[in-house]
Amino acid sequence: MVVYGVALLAACYLIGVIAGDALGALIGVQANVGGVGIAMLLLLLVSNSTSIKLQLGEATASGITFWSAMYIPIVIAMAAKQNVVAAVSSGWMAVVAGTLAVLVSFALIPVLSRLGRGAPKV
Amino acid sequence: MALDTLFDSLVELLARNGLITAFLFVGLVLALSNWLSKVVTRGQVHGSAVAIAAGLVLAYFGGVATGGSKGLADVGLFAGVGLLGGAMFRDFAIVATAYGADLGALRQAGWVGALSVVIGVVLSFVVGAAVAVAFGFTDPIAVTTIGAGAATYIVGPVTGTALGASSDVVALSVAAGLTKSILVMIGTPLVAKRIGLDNAHSALIYGGLMGTTSGVAAGLAATDPKLVPYGAMTATFYTGVGCLLGPSVLYFLVAAIL
Repeated sequence: MVVYGVALLAACYLIGVIAGDALGALIGVQANVGGVGIAMLLLLLVSNSTSIKLQLGEATASGITFWSAMYIPIVIAMAAKQNVVAAVSSGWMAVVAGTLAVLVSFALIPVLSRLGRGAPKV
Repeated sequence: MALDTLFDSLVELLARNGLITAFLFVGLVLALSNWLSKVVTRGQVHGSAVAIAAGLVLAYFGGVATGGSKGLADVGLFAGVGLLGGAMFRDFAIVATAYGADLGALRQAGWVGALSVVIGVVLSFVVGAAVAVAFGFTDPIAVTTIGAGAATYIVGPVTGTALGASSDVVALSVAAGLTKSILVMIGTPLVAKRIGLDNAHSALIYGGLMGTTSGVAAGLAATDPKLVPYGAMTATFYTGVGCLLGPSVLYFLVAAIL
């Protein structure tokens, strides 16, 4: 059933977010630490484990792939609710700080990518 | 007169069914953007990149029209866009993209991915703090808060609140983070080829270095949706690491230097 897939996704999401909140509280920061990442790992493990995979029928899987496909539309909605006015009207300092941070980070991507590839594969 | 009432009740009806209206709205924006992508840019610019840019432009006009902080979502008719584009649906969909992702690619890039998060936080922080100093800030709390804002617009206020920064400094840090996230959304598809962002490995590092969940989410969507799970995975750890380092190690460092 399609809803099984949605429910499985919801379970992974909630467990991940709870774990992320707990992790944040544990190290004493007021933020969710990697909740979504933990949820993604959970879903990966569940969908890759052979015993569960056998039971994930096509309909069940479509409950997950639907939300995966809704990702881009959701991101467009997200873009439309950003506080763009605040970003462009806050004066030069904030714009310069944000812009330079992005440029420097972009520049470092090829460097780190090479670093990772050069390492022996575990 | 009768037409006016008809119009008003239509708007009221659409606002009442906000989320459904948002589905229709996003569908129309995407359809128009795909058409523009094909006809105007001959497929050079991805349809979703056009749609995300359109979303940002609409957010600007929404903000100007209402004076609110949630872009187009502050316009009553489009309140559902705020729900659809909010953190709950965004994170739910991001988790869903992990379905079918390559576990091997994750394992292989594990340690560089983790390293990229820490480097990403420190790098953005240093750049932001340096800019703050260049613009005449000398108070370590203010410099730290603005540097943290250059990491993400969540790390900034969390750090500022923890250190007791003034609200205008916190606002500046949010603005720096917003600028970063918007620039990552727009800039990623433009620089993707040049920085080698075309595989799972570099997407993991990209997510860790950029860190802004919304920026990474939109940037990868506009570049290649297949890369989304890898970048999103590392990016979700960034804000947590930033909130951890900002008010502690990074603040002590700034206080020692200034």
